[in-house]
Amino acid sequence: MPGGPAQDQGRAITEAAGANPQLSGQAGSDTTTQSLPAASPNDQGSFSPWGSFSRNSPLAALILQRLALSVALLFAVSLMIFGGVEALPGDFATTYLGQSATPQAVENIRKDLGLDQPATTRYFTWLGGALQGDFGTSWASRNSVSEQIGKRLGNSLFLAFFAAIISIPLAIGLGMLAVQFRDRLVDKVINVFSLAAISLPEFFVGYLLILFFAVQMGVATFPATVYDGMDFTQRLSAIALPTATLVLVVLAHMMRMTRAAILNVMSSAYVETAELKGLSGLRIIARHAAPNAVAPVINVIALNLAYLVVGVVVVEVVFVYPGMGQYMVDAVTVRDMPVVQACGLIFAAFYIFLNMTADILAIVANPRLRHPR
Amino acid sequence: MPERSKTDLLSVRNLKIEATSYPPGEPPKTVTLVEGVNFDVKKGKVIGLIGESGAGKSTIGLTALAYGRGGVRITGGEVLLDGQDLLKLDHAGIRKVRGAKVCYVAQSAAAAFNPAHRLGEQVIEASLRHGIMNRAEAEKRALHLFEVLGLPNPETFGQRYPHQVSGGQLQRAMTAMALCPNPELIVFDEPTTALDVTTQIDVLAAIKHAIEETHTAAIYITHDLAVVAQITDDILVLRHGKMVEYGTVKQIIEAPTQDYTRALVNVRGTGREEATDQSDTLLKVENITAGYSNGFKVLQNVSLHLPKGQTLAIVGESGSGKSTLARVITGLLPPQEGTVTFDGKPLPPALRGRKNEELRRIQMIYQMADTAMNPRQTVRNIVGRPLTFYFGMHGRQKTERVRELLDQIEMGERFLDRYPAELSGGQKQRVAIARALAAKPDLILCDEPTSALDPLVAEGILKLLLKLQEETHVSYMFITHDIAIVRAIADSVAVMHRGRLVRFGPKSKVLSPPFDDYTDLLLKSVPEMEIGWLEKVLKTRRMESAGN
Repeated sequence: MPGGPAQDQGRAITEAAGANPQLSGQAGSDTTTQSLPAASPNDQGSFSPWGSFSRNSPLAALILQRLALSVALLFAVSLMIFGGVEALPGDFATTYLGQSATPQAVENIRKDLGLDQPATTRYFTWLGGALQGDFGTSWASRNSVSEQIGKRLGNSLFLAFFAAIISIPLAIGLGMLAVQFRDRLVDKVINVFSLAAISLPEFFVGYLLILFFAVQMGVATFPATVYDGMDFTQRLSAIALPTATLVLVVLAHMMRMTRAAILNVMSSAYVETAELKGLSGLRIIARHAAPNAVAPVINVIALNLAYLVVGVVVVEVVFVYPGMGQYMVDAVTVRDMPVVQACGLIFAAFYIFLNMTADILAIVANPRLRHPR
Repeated sequence: MPERSKTDLLSVRNLKIEATSYPPGEPPKTVTLVEGVNFDVKKGKVIGLIGESGAGKSTIGLTALAYGRGGVRITGGEVLLDGQDLLKLDHAGIRKVRGAKVCYVAQSAAAAFNPAHRLGEQVIEASLRHGIMNRAEAEKRALHLFEVLGLPNPETFGQRYPHQVSGGQLQRAMTAMALCPNPELIVFDEPTTALDVTTQIDVLAAIKHAIEETHTAAIYITHDLAVVAQITDDILVLRHGKMVEYGTVKQIIEAPTQDYTRALVNVRGTGREEATDQSDTLLKVENITAGYSNGFKVLQNVSLHLPKGQTLAIVGESGSGKSTLARVITGLLPPQEGTVTFDGKPLPPALRGRKNEELRRIQMIYQMADTAMNPRQTVRNIVGRPLTFYFGMHGRQKTERVRELLDQIEMGERFLDRYPAELSGGQKQRVAIARALAAKPDLILCDEPTSALDPLVAEGILKLLLKLQEETHVSYMFITHDIAIVRAIADSVAVMHRGRLVRFGPKSKVLSPPFDDYTDLLLKSVPEMEIGWLEKVLKTRRMESAGN
């Protein structure tokens, strides 16, 4: 409807409009409820079961669509990872053998690793294994990739989890604070601080923190290496600095989006209505503004969560933290393809899963889709 | 200055309202929006604020809630509610007035309801928050109000979300929301402007019935004098933030003392004889059926035709398929069935299949001149573009022609290098007309070009269109929902309802009896500048439905 919440609800609304263009421009007449196309599958040219399903329960249809898209996307990504690794210059055998790379020795190793088989055969073998959770054997260490990754992934998630539970509430809280004091000192300080944090490269933030807290003040541990024998508190103190770095890096993005989304809603007519009802400032933000600002905020949170798992390579390397990122970088340097492929696929899966979750949450948060006419 | 009497609920004295504007490249300056306004609202009575946009109607209305939109500040005067000056209250004090003693009904209820909550919750929210009623009482009152306002299924209406009901129902729900806490005063800010005439009359009747039943006083803001005449006791005419005339409805309508008021009262006076020559057909639309990808047919089997140099008015409420018909003729939406014949030759259905020459001969003017023009182009470029595109004009020859066109639309060459943002609404629409004329078209499709304009400005645009038709012999297909405009400019009329052509023919035939049901309803719904018109129409309706 004109002036409705379309802008606020991001892509979910676009979907709704796409599914039913009749939604818009019908505000004028008292009789539209009866004349809506919901009752018209009979006089429709291209009747299909899916069409009537998506009309009757658009919410379920959109969620199913998202799920199917995610699976398709994951397959496409697996193809691209495999193709990309194939296309990489250099070769494990020559790197591994170094000076002693006689043609015969290279040939032997290639045969040993199954590289003499055609690429399609190898792709399907790999994909079949991956579907069952078996990513093969590392060429360099001769260990099971799944086992190695299991440990590393645990470390990465441990770090990401703490960064997330600190940064998300902090970002939303600061965003609301910035709205409450918009264009005043508090807002400006928050803005400048967050802009600075987002502008500095993460390795630089990391080294700054190391310089101050580990070298000069000596209160934090560096390197942030964790190992099997450590207890929980030791681990926590080890990851303090990388967590702080990650929080600084992701905070600004989420906080600025929260601020923008709520501000956008605060200028809408229904917030004015709430104000003219004599409601308190807090109730207006919490009950009338926030529910309409969740969709864009959820999307940004999901992107940043994905970054915390997938994008931490640099931070892990800086802090010598034994996570997935560092494992993947090591594997790339020695051309350990099974490890590179496995890491790539897991990263992609996380990314797609988190974005899909955000999409679905945004769809569910939209009353137009939850309660079709 | 009139003395405040005991029966006065609200007294506004010497009101002054200012805002700060920030012109680009200049220091901020203070603009006075409203000055020297005085009026009183008696208990249980209704006052109408009337004027064109920018007259300060809404701004004045909102002072009854001590509210300034955006950077608007109330800088002087008194707003006395029950003898208490609202402007002297602190924020907490004002909050106790808003939503309890004074309530507000916005122009667009569709935007003013929160899409995330059920209607019922929103209707009773103020009553609960101010501690006026408990939940059970509030829900009972809401149900009663839904019944009074004639909403369908009042028991379950509150369960619905704003997007699940129509615009007219939303507007009534907003009235219920305002009435729910039993306020002393309600400010209605153009509550029916965004509605179709057939819906407007129902909402008007509902509002009138509800405020009579609850003895609530009201400020009713509108730009339509005919509407305000149906519902108010007093009228205050405003222009440029100042009072023009203040009196009873009877005095303002029947004996206005100011020129501006007289112009407002007589604005619907224009009319013209229809042309009768039907021989030379320019546009012929045959059996058009069209729709969008979801299978819903917006147009069904529509056939009509338009002679050269004449005007065909397409009338109907929103959703009737008027604009879709224009999209089919321009080729933006290829029809599923049927043909469009232009000057004796069939037009290719899709825009892509049409030749430049075919495109040139059909031009369009839109409802929102704002959105139809690139804000970063000057008037010279906007009007000059079709000259280059269709006729390959450049340099001095092009500038000359743009000047000519600007003269034709009565604007002159001083506007050559202005940007759209520097023009008023009426001027923008004139530039849009010049742009259409630049192509030397045979047919101009006008999609509600005056419905976003104030009545006097709209009248100017209509006169200009008629003058241009005489000069250039261009044909118009004029889409509108306003019967007064049809009377003023049309030769033939097509009435559309839910995608079908209900009635088509010369104006004199279409607009005179015997009518079909829909045309009858449409014609009877147009407010007339006559006190008691609303009651009369409602009475006839009741009698007819009793007779059936």
